[in-house]
Amino acid sequence: MTQPKHTIVALVADRPGVLNRVASLFRRRGFNIESIAVGRTEMKGVSRMTIVVSGDTATVEQVRKQLDKVIDVIKLSDITDEDRVDRELALIKVKTTPQNRSEIMQIVDIFRANIVDVAAESVTVEVTGDEDKISSLLNLLRDFGIKEVARTGRLAMTRGTVPT
Amino acid sequence: MKLTGAQIVCESLAREGVEVMFGFPGGTLLPFYDTLRHYPQLRHILVRHEQGAAHAADGYARATGRPGLCCATSGPGATNLVTGIANAYLDSSPVIAMTGQVARPFIGKDAFQEIDITGITLPITKHNYIALSAADLARIFKEAFYIATTGRLGTVLIDIPRDVFIEEAEFHYPVKVDLPGYKPILRGHPAQIRKAAQLIDRAKCPVIISGRGVIISGAHQEIRELAEKAQIPVITTLLGTSSFPENHMLSLGMLGMHGLAYANMAVTHADLVIAIGMRFDDRATGIVSGFAPKASIIHIDIDPAEIGKNVRVDVPIVGDVKHVLRELNKQVTNQTHVGWIQQLEQWRQEHPSIDIRGGEELLPQYVIRSICEVTNSDATIVTGVGQHQMWSAQHFCYKKPNSFISSGGLGTMGFELPAAIGVKVGRPEETVWCVAGDGGIQMTIQELATMVQERLAIKIAIMNNGYLGMVRQWQELFYGRRYVATPLMGPDFLKIADAYGISALRVKKRSEVIPAIQRAMEHDGPFLIDFMVEPEESVYPMVPPGATLAQVIECPKRKAAVPSTSGTVSNI
Repeated sequence: MTQPKHTIVALVADRPGVLNRVASLFRRRGFNIESIAVGRTEMKGVSRMTIVVSGDTATVEQVRKQLDKVIDVIKLSDITDEDRVDRELALIKVKTTPQNRSEIMQIVDIFRANIVDVAAESVTVEVTGDEDKISSLLNLLRDFGIKEVARTGRLAMTRGTVPT
Repeated sequence: MKLTGAQIVCESLAREGVEVMFGFPGGTLLPFYDTLRHYPQLRHILVRHEQGAAHAADGYARATGRPGLCCATSGPGATNLVTGIANAYLDSSPVIAMTGQVARPFIGKDAFQEIDITGITLPITKHNYIALSAADLARIFKEAFYIATTGRLGTVLIDIPRDVFIEEAEFHYPVKVDLPGYKPILRGHPAQIRKAAQLIDRAKCPVIISGRGVIISGAHQEIRELAEKAQIPVITTLLGTSSFPENHMLSLGMLGMHGLAYANMAVTHADLVIAIGMRFDDRATGIVSGFAPKASIIHIDIDPAEIGKNVRVDVPIVGDVKHVLRELNKQVTNQTHVGWIQQLEQWRQEHPSIDIRGGEELLPQYVIRSICEVTNSDATIVTGVGQHQMWSAQHFCYKKPNSFISSGGLGTMGFELPAAIGVKVGRPEETVWCVAGDGGIQMTIQELATMVQERLAIKIAIMNNGYLGMVRQWQELFYGRRYVATPLMGPDFLKIADAYGISALRVKKRSEVIPAIQRAMEHDGPFLIDFMVEPEESVYPMVPPGATLAQVIECPKRKAAVPSTSGTVSNI
C-alpha cells in the first residue's frame, strides 16, 4: 500500500552536524525519508531543508513534532496542502547513436530540458520540474538506454506572499 | 580579560550556581582539573566509575530540581557515561555532561582515547555540543544550562577538546541565549483549558493520572486542589509516585503492569482520564487499544510531541503542568462523584491487591512497609530496577512530594546506589534509603567507596533473594519456570560493607526487621542491611505483557501455574 507523501520545509541553523541530527532522528524513530534536499537561504546562518516523507497523518504529525524538538530547527511547515511550487533537478545520461541523436534532442526540447554535455555515444540531459515531468521524460528516454541518473530530490516553496 | 578555556568553564559553572559535580579525571580533562583547584565553591565528588557520575548527577537533579553535572574524560570515560545519560534523558532529568576530547589536530584520526561522543549521544541528549574554540565556551555553557532546565527537561552534553581548555579567549558570560529554534511553551491554550474544564464538569467517573511531570513542575499543591475541588481520584504512574500524598482519601496508588488492581480497574471504567505530566508509557497503559476504553482523554504535557504519540487524545493541552493546573482550577466547579468514589472503595475492598501473608517468612514487602513505619514516611526512597523497585512503589506510603526516586524509562539496574549518592548530596538533612536488589547493587557496588569518602550517611537495604528476581518472575510465569541465568551468587555483603568501613547487619527473620531498621536509623553514618528475603516471592498484581489493564493477575496461589491471559504474551 502506498502512503500519501508529505512535503515538509524546515529552516535550520547552518551549523555542522544539523543534517545528521535531522536524518538520524528519522532513522531511529523508523520514519521513512523519500527525499531530503538542503541548501542555504537568503538569511545568513539559515539553511532550508525540503523533506518528503510518506506515512499516514498521525505518523507525519509525529515526524513534525519530533523535528520541531531539534534545537537547531528554527521553523517547520508542512506545506503538503498549500498552493506551492515543487521542483526537482535531474541529470540524465542517455546512450546515443548517430541515428537517434536528433530524436532525443526533439524530446528534450519538448520537455524544455537542456543538453548539457555531448559525447560520442551519449548525451547528458538537464531537466527541472515536478516529479511527474521528470518521470515522464525518464520513461521516454529509457528506450534509448539510460547510463546514469542523478536527482536532487524535491525542493518546494509556497506560492504568493506567504512565506514558508 | 583573557582566560583559558578551563577557566571559562569554571567561571561559567560558577555563574550558573553549580555547587557540586560528579566526575572522574583523565588525560584530556587534566587542564580542567588543574584549574578546578582555584574554585573551592565547586565541590568535586570523585566517583569510582563514570556511570556512577552520571547517575549521581541524575539523582541530584531529581532531588533538588537543579541541573546535575557530571564529567568524564575522552574515549572510555565518555562512553561509560552513556548509560547514565540515557537514563536521565528518558526520565527528563536535567543532567549536563561534560567530556574531554582529544586535541583538535587529532580529531578524526582515531587518536588514543578518541571517540565521537557527540555522535554517540545524539539520540540520548536533548542537545549536544563540541566546543571547537575557547571563544565558544561561554555561549555553549549558557545555552546548555538553559536547554537542560527549561521546557521538557533533558540532558545536554558538551565535548571539549584538550587544547580548547588551554586556549585563551575573552570571557563574557552571555546574559541571554539566542536560540531562535527553541521556544518552550509554558502556558496552556486558554480555549483548550476551557474545553478541559467543561469535560471535567460533565464527567461522572473521572480519574487523574499523575506523572513525573507533576513532580518536575512542582505542581503538588495544584494537583491536590484539582482533585479535592472536583473530587477526582488520583492514580500515579511509577515515576509519578509521591506526586500526590498516598494517605489522601482520593489516592488510588499506582497503575500499570504492577499497579494496583483497583487503580487499573478505575482507568478501565473511567469516562474521563486527565493525564497530567505523563507520557502513556507501555508499562503504564498495557496494550493501548484496550486502555481506558470508555474515557475521553485530556492530556496535559509540556512536550507537544508526547501528545497523541501513543493514545488518542480528545483535549490536548501543551504547557507547564503547574501553569495549566492553576488556570484549570479557576474554571473547574465543585463536584462530588459520590457514586463513583463508593464504587472505587468497593473495588478496593474486593481487590486488596497488596496485602501480604502473615507468618515469620521474611517477605520483601514487609521490609518496605517496615522502613515506612520506622521512618514514618519521612524518607526519600531511591531504588534500582526490578522487583524491589515495584515493592518499594507499592508498599511505602509516600506522603512527601518527590520522595520516590527511581529509574523509569530506561529501567537501569545499578541506578540506585550512585543515584542515592546524588540525592543525599542534594538533600543532606534528609533520610535517604537506597533500596537495592542483590543483582543491581553489584552493577555499581564500587560507589560504596564514593559514599564513604564523602561521608554520606545513606541507609542501604538489599533485598537479597539470590536471583535476578524480576527476570526470574517472568521465567516462572512465561517460560515454564526454567530459571536460566537468573540464580545469582552474591558476595557476603557484610564483608563487602566491612571492607569499605560501613556498618552492616544481616536479617533473616521478620521479627528482626524493625530492630535492624531502627538501628540503621540511629547509626550516625552509612548503614547496610542485607535482608535475606523469600527467594521466589513475586510481584503482584501483574498485567502480563501484551494484555490490557483489565487483564490483571492478582496474587495467585503460590507456585501454581498462571493461566495465560490472552495468548499474546510477547515482547519481554
